[in-house]
Amino acid sequence: MMGGEGGVILADVKVGEELPELHYDVTATTVILGALASRDTRPMHHDRDFAQQRNGVRDIFMNTPNQAAWFERFVTDWTGPKGRLGRMKFRMRDSVFAGDEMVMRGHVTELETDDTGCAWVSLDVTMSAVTDGKERIATTCDVRVAIPVDEKDNPWRHSPWRP
Amino acid sequence: MTATDTGAGLPADVSDLIGVVQYEEEGEFPVERGYIWTTCASVENGNPLFWDDEVAAEITDGPIAPPTMISVWFRPHHWAPGRTEQHLPLKVHFDLKERLGLPEAVMTDNEIVFHAPVRPGDLLRTRQILRSVSEEKTTKLGTGRFWVIEVEYLNQSGDLVGVESYTGFGYRRGG
Repeated sequence: MMGGEGGVILADVKVGEELPELHYDVTATTVILGALASRDTRPMHHDRDFAQQRNGVRDIFMNTPNQAAWFERFVTDWTGPKGRLGRMKFRMRDSVFAGDEMVMRGHVTELETDDTGCAWVSLDVTMSAVTDGKERIATTCDVRVAIPVDEKDNPWRHSPWRP
Repeated sequence: MTATDTGAGLPADVSDLIGVVQYEEEGEFPVERGYIWTTCASVENGNPLFWDDEVAAEITDGPIAPPTMISVWFRPHHWAPGRTEQHLPLKVHFDLKERLGLPEAVMTDNEIVFHAPVRPGDLLRTRQILRSVSEEKTTKLGTGRFWVIEVEYLNQSGDLVGVESYTGFGYRRGG
């Protein structure tokens, strides 16, 4: 767990910088726990027979709200707790199945300080799935996240807030 | 986002809905820490804002919910006493499919903008607004229309906590 004061400030960040990669072995438990956490009881997220016979896919797969939670975790692992999400735009291309290795990657595309003094980082983040050594992009996410300008700044206290 | 896109040949009753607030509803239960912890556990999110009340007090004036959980607070429990109808989220989307006679639909983009923090105990409200419907277009999937629906979320004080925007494509197969 990160400390309360851990994380990046504006001076630490450069355009092009890569965030630490995240690798995670997705199991049926991962998919089902994620679906349950978002109260999504649709059977393709917990019933392999249904996923295979009705959806024509090989296994149960992660639902969208839980993917959003993974993206949030990936970004705030890097920013620390003062990182405050402004917006996220998702494009769903493929699924992450039980049995896949999930790989998350991200890099900084833009830095901006708005006229309220809030420092914004734009990130391109991808969630990929690896099956039998073959990797495919499942979901991409454009992220806009506020980070502290310096050690004293805290985006959670910014008013007005212009995400 | 503006409400100016009224595609050619769009029925008047559909174009009249653009920019109109529909389906205002209140969540069935308040924001609660159990679901916050279950969600954090499901993705191994160790952000101390959700686990350490001292850090949350210092940074966010007390505990908050992960911002990306915003739509979770409107997903009903699997069963509730006396409930007879299955709750259908994003009703405007299903209304459009039916009204425009487009049996298939996919969501192509989803954007969430985060405003005031959501806190345990909040009782959120939501409302749906159709923002645009395109003219008929043909894609690899078939022929149909793109539409943009916004879902606004507000807390019990009326503060905006988030806006979700969905781009849907409703279509008929085979052009």
